[in-house]
Order: sequence, then C-alpha cells, then structure tokens
Amino acid sequence: MTVPALKAKDYKSGIKAVWCPGCGHFAVLSALTKAMAHLGLVKEEVAVVSGIGCSSRLPAYIDTYGFHGIHGRALAAASGLKAARPDLTVIVAGGDGDGFSIGGNHFLHACRRNMNMAYIVMDNEVYGMTKGQASPTTLPDWSNSKMTPHGTGIPSFNPAAIALAAGAGFIARGFSGEPSELTRILVEAIEHSGFAFVQVLSGCVTYRPDQKLWKEEVHPSESDLPTDDPVKAAQIIQAGDGKATGVIYAKQFPVWQPENRMDSNLNTIEKEFLL
Amino acid sequence: MSDSSKQATSQSYSVAITGSGGSGAVTTGRILLEAAAQCGFQGLMTRSAGPQIRGGESAAMVRFSQDPVECMGDEYDLLVGLDWRNIERFADELPLSDKSLILSDPAAGEVPALLRSNGADILEVPFKKFASGLPGGRLNMVALGATALVCGLDLKALETSVKAILGNKGEEVVESALLAARLGYNHDHRPRITLEAPGKPADHWSITGNQACGVGALRGGTRFVAAYPITPASEILEWLAPRLEKLGGSLLQAEDELASINMIIGASFGGVPSLTATSGPGLSLMVEGLGLALVSETPVTVVNVMRGGPSTGIPTKSEQSDLNIAIYGLHGDAPHLVLAPLSIRDCVFTTQWAVQLAEHLQTVALVLSDQSLGQSQAIVEAPPQRELSLARKVEATPDAEYQRYAITPDNVSAMSLPGTAGGMYTADGLEHNPRGTPSSMAVDHRTQLNKRLHKLEDFDFGEDWADVEGDGRRCIITWGSSTGAVKEVAGWLWAQGSSIKIISLRLLAPLQHDRLKELLKDMEKVLVVEQNHAGQLFHYLHAEGVLPVSAESLAQPGPLPLRPGRILRALGGGG
Ligand SMILES: Cc1ncc(C[n+]2csc(CCOP(=O)(O)OP(=O)(O)O)c2C)c(N)n1
Ligand code: SF4
Repeated sequence: MTVPALKAKDYKSGIKAVWCPGCGHFAVLSALTKAMAHLGLVKEEVAVVSGIGCSSRLPAYIDTYGFHGIHGRALAAASGLKAARPDLTVIVAGGDGDGFSIGGNHFLHACRRNMNMAYIVMDNEVYGMTKGQASPTTLPDWSNSKMTPHGTGIPSFNPAAIALAAGAGFIARGFSGEPSELTRILVEAIEHSGFAFVQVLSGCVTYRPDQKLWKEEVHPSESDLPTDDPVKAAQIIQAGDGKATGVIYAKQFPVWQPENRMDSNLNTIEKEFLL
Repeated sequence: MSDSSKQATSQSYSVAITGSGGSGAVTTGRILLEAAAQCGFQGLMTRSAGPQIRGGESAAMVRFSQDPVECMGDEYDLLVGLDWRNIERFADELPLSDKSLILSDPAAGEVPALLRSNGADILEVPFKKFASGLPGGRLNMVALGATALVCGLDLKALETSVKAILGNKGEEVVESALLAARLGYNHDHRPRITLEAPGKPADHWSITGNQACGVGALRGGTRFVAAYPITPASEILEWLAPRLEKLGGSLLQAEDELASINMIIGASFGGVPSLTATSGPGLSLMVEGLGLALVSETPVTVVNVMRGGPSTGIPTKSEQSDLNIAIYGLHGDAPHLVLAPLSIRDCVFTTQWAVQLAEHLQTVALVLSDQSLGQSQAIVEAPPQRELSLARKVEATPDAEYQRYAITPDNVSAMSLPGTAGGMYTADGLEHNPRGTPSSMAVDHRTQLNKRLHKLEDFDFGEDWADVEGDGRRCIITWGSSTGAVKEVAGWLWAQGSSIKIISLRLLAPLQHDRLKELLKDMEKVLVVEQNHAGQLFHYLHAEGVLPVSAESLAQPGPLPLRPGRILRALGGGG
C-alpha cells in the first residue's frame, strides 16, 4: 500500500500567521512547504527550529515538530537536537537580526561545524518585530529608524561572504518574490549533506517599504553557478550587488556528527574509582 | 627538640605539603592520600595554588581518618615544607598549633618565623641531600617517605601508591621515586600518630567531586552534554566526554555558554536527557536559556561549580556565593529546582537526583557544587546505587486530542518526542495554551504559571530534601559543601554528650517550608552557616518565613575554608 503523497498545504499547521499582509515571510513559508512536499519529507521526522523575530515565528505555521526558542540561539538549539537525534531532518529559520547580530557567533560556528541542517535566513535588512531598527545587513545611510536617525554609519555585513569564510559548504541566495526559484533552492539546501545556508531576501512591507523596489533590483546571477571553488565563490560574492540569486557555492565537506558507540556500561566505567 | 611529647590524639590526621613551582607538592599529596587509602583510611585532599596557570607555588592538604572525612580540620598536625619560597602566600591557609610538627629540610633554610610562632615542633630531614645521592632522585619523594612514616603508614602501602600514581611516567621515574621514598621512610625518626589503620577495604573509591558529578549525571541517564570550558568545572566535562561516547551518548564543546544551554535544550527536546556544567560567569550567560527550558518544559540540568565571585572573581578558589542567582536569577515567575551536594561522595546522588527530577518534572535543575568539592580528591565508601522511579513522561501514541501542555492532576504533561506520528507541536518560550499555541491571554498565562508552580510545589520530594541529624533545642542549618565542617562540629558536641540538631539542605528550591518549620518549631537557637559574604541562605530562609527572628548567621566568604572551630565559636563555645 502506498501512502498518498503529501501536498504543500498538508505541511501547513493551520495556525494563522501574525505577519503583516504582504510580508515576504509568507512566500518563504509557502516555498518551504512546497520544498518539503517535493522531497516527500515525513512530517514527524522533521524539526523546524527558530529564534525570535517575525521570521522566527515560522515553525508554528508548519505541521512538523517545531522549536521556537530565544533570540539568536536557533542554531545552537538545532545543533544540540541534531547531535542527539541525527535521524531527524533539521531546518532552521530566522531573521537577519536573529542570525547575524545577536546570534552571529553561532552562525560562524555552525558554518564551520558543518552539521547536516539547512539554515534559512529571511533577510529584510531590518528588525521587524521590534518595529524597525537597523540590522547588520542594513546599509549605513538608512536613516528611517529613530534609534539611528543619521543611519548606522557602519558598513553592512555580507552574510554569504561570512558563511564562505567560516567554512559553509552550501551558500545560496533566494528571493521571496521568486517563489519557484526559492523552492528549488530550498530543495537543494535540504538535500545538501552538511550545513546549507540560504539567505532569502524577504522584504518587510511595514518598516522597509522601499524594498518594493527589490522586484526590479533582484535578478538571477549571471555567473556560472554553482561553483565548488571557494576562490571563485568569493569573487562572485564580493563582486556582486548582493541581489543576485541562485545557489552560489556547493562543496562537499566532511559532515560533523558526534561519535558515539555502545561498547561499555556504567558498572564497568565506575570500576575505575575502586582503589 | 623533643620528638616524643606530641602525639596526635584526634581521630584524624592532617598534613599540609607546600613547595614552590615544580617542587611536586601536589603529587606528593596525591601519593600520600593514596597510601592512606591503601591502609584502609578514608580521606580528603584539597589543594591550593597560586595564580599561575602552570607551575607556581602550591600546597596539598591531606586529611585521613577511619571515618568519612568531609572537611579540613582547624589546624594541621604536620606541615611538610619541600622548600619555603613564597610560603607567605599560603600561611593563612595553614593554621598550626603547639601540637603540630613541621618537617623541614635544613638545606631549605630556617623554618619561617610565622610558621613557628604557634610553638610547633620541628623535625629536620635532609630531603635534598638524600635525593642528590640518587640518580634522578627528587627531594619530594624523600619527603614523601619521611611523611608517610610520621603518619604511621605502612611502607608496602606507600610503595603500591608510588607505583599507582607515577606508573604512567615510566619505570625509571618509579624506581628512583621508590628509592628516594624508602630513604626518607627509613630515616631516623618515628611515627607520631595513634590512628590504627583499618586495613584495605574492598569498596572504597578514590574520586573528585567533579568526577562524582559526572558519575551522578550518567547514573541519572544523561546522554548528551554541551559545554564551554571553565574553571573549576572543566573536569566534569573532560571526565564525561570519553565515557558518554562509550555509553552511546556524546559531548559537544560549544562556542560559548549561550550555545551550550540552548544545545542541551535542543537535545532534550529530542528526548535525550541532557546536562551542562559551568561556573558563575557561564551560569550568568545561561540564564535566559534556563527560562526557555522552564517555559517550554524541556528538562535540563546545569551543574554550577561555584568559585569566588562576582565577575571573574577568584576562579581557582571556592565560595558558595551563587545561591542568589540560582534561586532568583531568572526573569518572570520562574519556579525551578535548585540542589546542592553535601559532600564529594554526595555529588553522585545529588546530581543523579537532579537529572531525574528535571526529567520527571520537565523543568530546570541547577546543582550547586563548588571548587572545594569539585577539585578535591576523596577516599570514600563506594556510593550505593539508588534506583529512583523518576523518568520523563512520554506520549508514545498521541491521538488527535493530544495537548503538549495539558493540565493534569500532577501538572506534568506527557511529552511527545520528534519522530512520533500525530504528536507534532512547537515548543515555545512564548506563553501558550495547553496545545502549545502561543497566547497572550490572561487565562492561559495564569493556567500555565500555576501548572509550572504546582508541579514542583505539590511534588513529594521524600526524605532526601535534607540530611537531618541530632536533636535538641539548638540547630545549625547549612547547605552544600559547608555541611562537612558543620557535621564535624556536631560530632564533637555529640561526643561530649551535648545535643544539637543539624539540617543540611540538599534541596534548596522549592523550599520545603512545612518540613523546615516543623523541625524548627521549638528551637531556642538557630545558626545558619554558609560560605559567602552576604548570608544568602540566611536571607532566603528569612524571606521565605521559616526562620525564627532570633536566628543568627555565620557567613564567611571564600577563599579560606570554613573551619569547624569557627562554627563552634559562632555557636557560643563548647556547648
Ligand atoms: C535577548 C533579546 N533581546 C532583544 C529582543 C527583542 N527582539 C525581538 S525580535 C528582534 C529582532 C528581530 O529581527 P530579525 O531577526 O531581523 O527578524 P524580523 O523580525 O525582521 O523577521 C529583537 C531585537 C529579544 N526578544 N531578546
Ligand atoms: S513587521 Fe515586517 S517583517 Fe514583521 S511581519 Fe510585518 S512586514 Fe513582516
């Protein structure tokens, strides 16, 4: 007997999203459920882990196991879960503030640790949930936040470059305005063996209405993608305008998973203390 | 110099060995403790070191007895000076009396006046001269031999211990150490001690408190650990890493404590009992994560090995000053478990209990060990196996009605683990309704606050919440590592026929109000003893309304150990 194939909507939990109408995160949710359906993932064998932010609300909207943790720590929780439960498909989701600011250290170490998981960052170059402050990917002259009325004056952060430098083996950029390409990218990211990083340009209609222009600005990359050469990947990432989509870099590195075997028992171990 | 008038008459014997960097004081102490253990004694070795990362002056303090040894005494029977360089750094940690003996090498110069001032006897043995006559001879091994004889330890036991402790350094080192030790042992002096050696018992363990926490973690079922190194907790992690692996578990070295706490929460969400170990600075970083574990009802255990604080404080020395952060550190109304081991041996049970309580009650358990327990070596009776019927309530066959945070009679709701069909839910740090759906409604908040409170408040913790001994109208309340010194004082008083009750709290939160009030109801004098500056337990007990107004506080900060004599004085003399 074959189990009827699940459709994208079967992966939705039915809980009503708190997002503003028009928020880019809706398209990410929809692309992710399509990718899951495409891959035929068994719902209970998937865990979606997140931190805090509008984007980090995503797990509750998906009908798999979910973990909505604290701000910036999604990758840490996901790494512990994957270490303890290598049988699960672990997908991590969050925002640019969550992943690159408060959670920046975990991002570096998740890239170099290379555990088998996909990390989706919905990058809107702003803190949506706290009502519009600058994030590490905000350009230095964006002055619409009351907290940085003259702009941050600090160069923005290029997540793909950082991921490459930190040792990630899969780096992609997608766009919420190109849902079918995004679905393809997410399928590849989940299938990639190792840590797969996907930066999704996912506009915030409320605090970054200027991102409506992304429709025109974002474009598929003209480079021959993906490359497995880190030097070439660095050139593509650094030379680009940050708006080119596609799977930029895909290279297989050894996947890290803690060693464990069952070749002793506690009674034997405790004997070491006997005089 | 009279060699004959002073015999140790107490039921234990205390030796301090000091020396400058590279002199091998700690190795000497380790072998001496092992030799006493081989003779059947129980014992304790603490160490004190200067601030250097490696080398530097150090002192090893060894105390042994036929009975359990859970603290250092008021003064040392024997002080062994491998040399006297930088001795002023330790002098206040090494109280002597006119009953003490100082073993010293004439080649190291005169015994410093500040050590002689109490009228201790001096016995000279030419450590250096003897050692220099041997190929590869080390003076600390000569001193070891001389010390073992003064302590009345058997030469065979000493030889066995030299081989056991130095065995991994190669045959040459062992041979030369044995020669040197025999020279020192056979030097013209005689034992000073009247303790009869019990003979080697089969079931004694040699273990540190940090290792004992590791054993307790494993006994409790811990199979995942994530942690970031920190003094004085790292040995828990170093001991666990290879052993977890052999038991089908694993240890992950995290990038920081923010990661380690969240990693164990993730692993525990996956169904694997999980733990981390840290010290004050790390605990401070973990606090937000503790709240997440608590609200998402994901069981985790944190062993906090306390050191002098706040901030970086005194990383290598002990203090019981993290009680406040452990009890009050979380934001929001956040009831959780706080426990403290009462001795090195008890680190096994208390950690096991903490892990299993956390699992059973689906909450956070903090275990407050400290440097003096964690990094001291003890010879103790093997900790008995305790089967505790405490385990995580898991929903293996969830139906459509399944609610992750359902209200149940004991307020613990069955957890569905990833991989289980039909039990999908999203664990959340956001307040939620019984299904787990985020909610900011007053009714849901109140319901879940009550659930999280009452699953702890209404649970019967049984007899293990405290060790209660003695009777009478006077009482000492203490916790954690201070228990050793308090028990010693109680032992003196009971031996004199005077009465005292001691209550050593193993479970600090939730506080067992009714049990404490019952015990304290007719007390004329209550003294609360702890090793910190503020009297954290004293104020906590007052705030919780269990202490009589006349209760007194003896709070002494680290790094000096709390000595029994100090407690006796605070109690008002010999009773
Ligand atoms: C420790 C902590 N600090 C600050 C906050 C407040 N906070 C919540 S979400 C957020 C930023 C979210 O931005 P981002 O991750 O970019 O997600 P978005 O809302 O834009 O999707 C902040 C600062 C918090 N929840 N926790
Ligand atoms: S504030 Fe911005 S990011 Fe948040 S839901 Fe609204 S549109 Fe989306």
